[in-house]
Amino acid sequence: MKKIVSVTVNGVLHELAIEPRRTLLELLREDLGLTGTKKGCGIGDCGTCTVLLDGVATFSCLTLAIQADGCSVETVEGLAEDGKLNRLQQAFVDHGAIQCGFCSPGMLMTATELLRRSDNPNEQDIRRAISGNLCRCTGYQKIVEAIKAASEDTS
Amino acid sequence: MSKHRILNTRAPRVDAADKATGKALYTDDLKRPSVLTGAILHSPLAHARILNIDTSRAEKLPGVKAVVTHREAGTTPYGVSPARYDETVFCHDKVRYVGDEIAAVAAIDLDTALEATSLIKVDFEELPVVLDGRTAMDEGQPQLHEMYKNNICAQVHWHFGDIEEGRRESHLIRTDRLSSKMQDAAFMEPQSILAETESSGSLTMWSSTQAPHYIQRTLAMALNIPLHKVRVIKPAVGGGFGPKASCSSAELATCLLAIRTGQPVKLTFDREQVFLHSRARHQFFHTMTTGVKKDGSLAFLEHECLLDGGAYASFGIATIYYSGSLLGGPYRLKNMKYDGHRVVTNKPVCGAQRGHGAVIARALFEVQLDRIAEELGMDPVELRLKNVMEAGETTCNELFVSSFGMREALEAVRDSAAWKKKRSSGGKTRRDGKGIGAACGFFVSGAGYPIYRSRTYHCTVVTKVDEVGGGVTVSSGAADIGQGSDTVLAMITAEELGLNLDDVRVLSGDSSLSVDLGAYSSRTTLMTGHACREAARDAKKQILEAIAGKLEVPAETLDLREGKVVSLAGELDFSRLRKEYLQEHKGFSDLPDTPQLTFAEASRIAFLELGTIVGTGKYRPPPLGGSFKGAKVGTSPAFGCSAQIAEVTVDLETGEITVGHITGAHDCGYAINVTQVEGQMQGSMMMGMGEALMEQIIYDNKGRIVNANLAEYKIPTALDMPHLDAIIVESNEPNGPYGAKEVGEGAIMPVIPCILNAIYDATGVRIEELPVTPERLVAAMQAAKSRRG
Ligand code: FES
Ligand code: FES
Repeated sequence: MKKIVSVTVNGVLHELAIEPRRTLLELLREDLGLTGTKKGCGIGDCGTCTVLLDGVATFSCLTLAIQADGCSVETVEGLAEDGKLNRLQQAFVDHGAIQCGFCSPGMLMTATELLRRSDNPNEQDIRRAISGNLCRCTGYQKIVEAIKAASEDTS
Repeated sequence: MSKHRILNTRAPRVDAADKATGKALYTDDLKRPSVLTGAILHSPLAHARILNIDTSRAEKLPGVKAVVTHREAGTTPYGVSPARYDETVFCHDKVRYVGDEIAAVAAIDLDTALEATSLIKVDFEELPVVLDGRTAMDEGQPQLHEMYKNNICAQVHWHFGDIEEGRRESHLIRTDRLSSKMQDAAFMEPQSILAETESSGSLTMWSSTQAPHYIQRTLAMALNIPLHKVRVIKPAVGGGFGPKASCSSAELATCLLAIRTGQPVKLTFDREQVFLHSRARHQFFHTMTTGVKKDGSLAFLEHECLLDGGAYASFGIATIYYSGSLLGGPYRLKNMKYDGHRVVTNKPVCGAQRGHGAVIARALFEVQLDRIAEELGMDPVELRLKNVMEAGETTCNELFVSSFGMREALEAVRDSAAWKKKRSSGGKTRRDGKGIGAACGFFVSGAGYPIYRSRTYHCTVVTKVDEVGGGVTVSSGAADIGQGSDTVLAMITAEELGLNLDDVRVLSGDSSLSVDLGAYSSRTTLMTGHACREAARDAKKQILEAIAGKLEVPAETLDLREGKVVSLAGELDFSRLRKEYLQEHKGFSDLPDTPQLTFAEASRIAFLELGTIVGTGKYRPPPLGGSFKGAKVGTSPAFGCSAQIAEVTVDLETGEITVGHITGAHDCGYAINVTQVEGQMQGSMMMGMGEALMEQIIYDNKGRIVNANLAEYKIPTALDMPHLDAIIVESNEPNGPYGAKEVGEGAIMPVIPCILNAIYDATGVRIEELPVTPERLVAAMQAAKSRRG
């Protein structure tokens, strides 16, 4: 039996009929066509599916769509401001934090949450925050540098 | 100061903004109307005869559109190396590992497809299994393939120089061993495939592949379709590192399902399937005997290697050759003997992975150098410096190094990491839980020959100047899998044509655009870079000749710089050309307002003269290598080299190892993109560190992987990784475009041994089996303690 789910995604309210066992990741990728959020494992091991659920970094592959009923979801597609990269995205681009880019959407969402709750995270804070987001390309060095730079850039 | 405007900078990647906004499309993100979902039935058994396959119940399930087995697919053998075509699309006589593909289904959704695979009934006759590579060759072992007697898939026997002579010259000889476990490449994007046919009979496949060209050939051959009717497109790819370079049964099956249903079919692996399909790092068992003279110079190396390659050959022939050949450098070594065997076992198939074939061999050799240094009472870095090759030398296995910053790289890490201060004197180890270790490495900059025997160009590039003027489009079959080759092509083109990066559009990764052998053997910057430069220069020449003709000046006096035509011989009167251009662009606002002729004007006028302007470029290495059997593997137009120093802390109670810092220096010839070179180095350090300390595929006694997920197959997280220092050495490679050569794989070579050497420095214990988990280290420390009494 499908259930009705109302969820605000990147500021837009959607009402969908969805099977109770389907995940938030499936809702985003398949029902809303928001394919920026990735599925690297589907079982909570990699972090590529990270979104913000009411502001909290959450693995969307482990979250049922119905759990998001009445919630607000932010995905990578919602980060840009006025059609321009926000300062975190820009820092990722400028610092070479993106190679294959498959981890980037989840990494950006986790970092977004970190920067909202902490003004001036040090390197260890950043590493701890993103330790649930695997990246196989960068060795994390440039990702850490990008997040640090974005936290310092208050312009 | 760089002599280039665009090259050698930190230009952001051309695809970075799309990847930062979620716009970049990977294969699984692609949408097609009425697309079906594919699923594969994998073998649950490691070794069994197939007696019967009954698909009737699966076919009757509502929503199932096609079920295919070997009956539909045929049994044309395929594989990577034509000398070892040992796979078929689906198993027909036997299954040879848990995960081997038996059938595939296309259905209206994934649930239906999966249910259908579970309804396929296969009758097996179980066969005894071969799970241990070390005994696979023994008499009486079950045989996997008729074509591989005693389960030997390939063997290599090389002898360069004279080992006996080397033995006589030696002051010190020692023998050491190192083995590893099978490992996974653990790229973040699971393989995904979308296939579609057209009414003309053409087949298009989008796939997360590293090598569209080889995949195109394999699809055509195994499915019996004319080559020109097969098009392979690589969308954005979420990492490859080797395993995505070979054609998979899943790619073939998805295409077959699309052909049989007439509908598009998409198939995406789950993470467990990524592990089952594997094609990643082999398991290696190395034994090396090395002799040195009194002064520490190398006298000989005798090397035996056994590779456990899993059930099929895949890239394994190249792997076994690379394991031997890449020890020819970076040190002067006159006498080298190599005996390698690659065996097949009933486990998932191994293939190519970053640092193909050479990583564990390098690790053992660099450990041996440390042990030798200790026995001689020499500093390990000094011992290496004493032996490093210089540019212009040839290895004993006939690899010519045309540029070689090995000495510079080693000195750079030594000084940057304050080696002399941190390393205790006299070669004595500290054994206080803190350690520092060094190592070097050596790697090809593109394979000298294609995988199939051919005189084919390794790549071609087509650069078309926009007819409307102002921009160019570079078309190439090259595969950007995250390493950044699209950005390299854009930078080279912009540099040559005096354009900005955003005036260059790169289309790539499509077999219909040009020939390119793909992203493997660290070849793209050197090879496709060459072709790209040639194509840009060709286009530039045509533009300048057309303009020179109009202005009645010699073409040699004109150049394109910073978006303008510049005259090297006094002022130009181009008012007629500008007038014509302005007339064409009434109502436009971005009109040229400089006192020079702009690229937009020049390229438009040139089109008006010549029609569409297309520059082409191509590259094929010169004949390389010696004449002995297997001499072609390991050849390359250039060789990269690396040095690294790791600093570790070991908890002497628990064996827990913390890598505190890695300093690496890599000779990439010339850094086209500085940030990307560092990124390749840092990524290599991470993969190498994982392999050294935590990564291992674990099997049960039935050949099933017990840790086929990213929680139990551990790769380093941001908390595991230390600060990584990347130092770029530029040796100006004469055979590379602008002096550039590889960085993608060479930078992984020193990682494992520099960590092993640091662990020894910290603990006084040598480990002979990778990865060095805390359990292994504690056991070794305890054994050492009881030996000491
Ligand atoms: S896809 Fe959700 S954690 Fe991997
Ligand atoms: S950039 Fe490839 S996984 Fe992070």
